[in-house]
Amino acid sequence: MNNRLINWFKYASPQNFYPIAGKLIPWFVALTVAFGLAGLYVGFFVAPTDAQQGEGYRIIFLHVPASWMSMFIYLVMAFWAGLGLAFNTRLSGMMASALAPTGALFAFLSLWTGALWGKPMWGAWWVWDARLTSELILLFLYIGFIALQSAIDDPRRADKAGAILALVGVINVPIIYFSVKWWNTLHQGASVSMTKSPSMASTMLLGMLFTALAFWMYSIAVALLRARSIMLERERHTEWVRALLMAKE
Amino acid sequence: MHWNSFSEFLAMGGYAFYVWGSVAATALLMTLEPILLVRGQKRLVARLKRQFRAERSEHGKSRSLD
Repeated sequence: MNNRLINWFKYASPQNFYPIAGKLIPWFVALTVAFGLAGLYVGFFVAPTDAQQGEGYRIIFLHVPASWMSMFIYLVMAFWAGLGLAFNTRLSGMMASALAPTGALFAFLSLWTGALWGKPMWGAWWVWDARLTSELILLFLYIGFIALQSAIDDPRRADKAGAILALVGVINVPIIYFSVKWWNTLHQGASVSMTKSPSMASTMLLGMLFTALAFWMYSIAVALLRARSIMLERERHTEWVRALLMAKE
Repeated sequence: MHWNSFSEFLAMGGYAFYVWGSVAATALLMTLEPILLVRGQKRLVARLKRQFRAERSEHGKSRSLD
């Protein structure tokens, strides 16, 4: 029991996390490609035409997973930020910083694909309704987090300031999620309760599941990649970074 | 197979601009981000190595002068 505890903390240090992350990245890249291809195949070749939206609905296979990911990454980012604030662990702040740009990317893609879906179906690229506006606020929260952190030179203080912003912003995530229930909106309800014929819903769901898994694997790969850079940069004065880089000479 | 021809696939039932616009933006960003990260990592490693080497040779010099 005691041994296990010690092992856990061992991986929480950048020195031990860095090589492990390096070994894991290729696997997550491979899984991203595999799930991505499966998702595109199901989404574009297996899933049938929608009765109302024709082929235009196929944007769903990118839009919904991107939106899920933008919210989920925010929760994970806030979790790490909170952990760092509570226990002052070095790795936590680095993980939170590593996730923010990828979360912003998915928030942007959610809005972009949403606009391209809204134009043909609603006749408008954008409307100021609860779902869209709260998702836009999510993008601004990510951008604010990144800007705030980069404006503070001391990484520890940058982590703390960023953590507070991230934690306050968490309130926005349930607002996005439940906005379609709480307010009247043009946006359709939750995608996973579609009441179409069973066979249709299942292939659509399968396609979305695959692209969601692909985005998930992508996020892990890219966050680990960015975390490694942040670790080297922040720990460049330590002995392990010097030993690691000079050992290969 | 859902489509009768490749051009039919490209046309997306008249929604080509919207569907392919979504696919293109997603593919572009999800390719660009890892490329930029790998390039940044390589640059960082090169910069730190240069710095460490310079420090090492400086130490060596000061030692030989003593």
